Amino acid sequence: MSIGLNHFLVISTVLFSLGIFGIVTRKNAVMVLMGIELILNAANINFVAFARFGGFGLKGQLMALFVIILAAAEAAIALAIVLNIYKTFNNVNVDEIDTLKD
Amino acid sequence: MNTYDFLFYLFAAITLLSAFFVVTVRNIIYSAYFLLFTFFGVAGIYVLLGADFVAIVQLIVYVGGILILLLFGVMLTNKITSVEIKTGAWQIIPASLAVILFGGFLIKAITGTNWKTISSDIPEATTANLGMLLMQEYVVVFELLGILLLIALVGAASLARKQS
Repeated sequence: MSIGLNHFLVISTVLFSLGIFGIVTRKNAVMVLMGIELILNAANINFVAFARFGGFGLKGQLMALFVIILAAAEAAIALAIVLNIYKTFNNVNVDEIDTLKD
Repeated sequence: MNTYDFLFYLFAAITLLSAFFVVTVRNIIYSAYFLLFTFFGVAGIYVLLGADFVAIVQLIVYVGGILILLLFGVMLTNKITSVEIKTGAWQIIPASLAVILFGGFLIKAITGTNWKTISSDIPEATTANLGMLLMQEYVVVFELLGILLLIALVGAASLARKQS
């Protein structure tokens, strides 16, 4: 059986599930960000795989590029927020940050 | 098994194994380094899909940018000298059950679907065509993304700055 569309979709599914697992189980906010990056990569694999096998030309790859750009912006903003949280609460565990106003 | 299949399984194994270690290893620094291998494996998968430019951008932006940013985040938000960098995990068993159920459902749906795939020939270099698409059909999106990146940069800098 040669490598087809299903192989790539299964890889992206497993990557997506692992990202969900990381987001749900870890307490550190930076680890939650890493889970989000895994999920974005899984979505990107889907875009590129359908661009290759679906006959849409290069538009899928273009979408993957846009997702990468958005991921870069998201990581920068999220880390700035995490730094502020660390300055305020002195830790970054998402289960201990339960105050809206001090 | 030809070379393409071998490379596919190699990159798939690198990606999935290192992604598994990313979410299970206790030390967050090790997690960040395993994320490096995950990004490399995904870039290899892009190459196997004929997306050479996306693979290079993945290497430059993810490995060179986002991963370094995440490492900065780890280093700046943990007292390395005093306490351990290990992070807690909770509700592992219900989370793994839910994730396995969800992933199995998705995989069953994917393999049960009769996808209409076209038998594509050997892919050609994509960089020139992507550039033409970006400059002609998607030029508004391109400019909007530039503005978005500028806003994100200014916003992140003003958020992370010390309050004077």
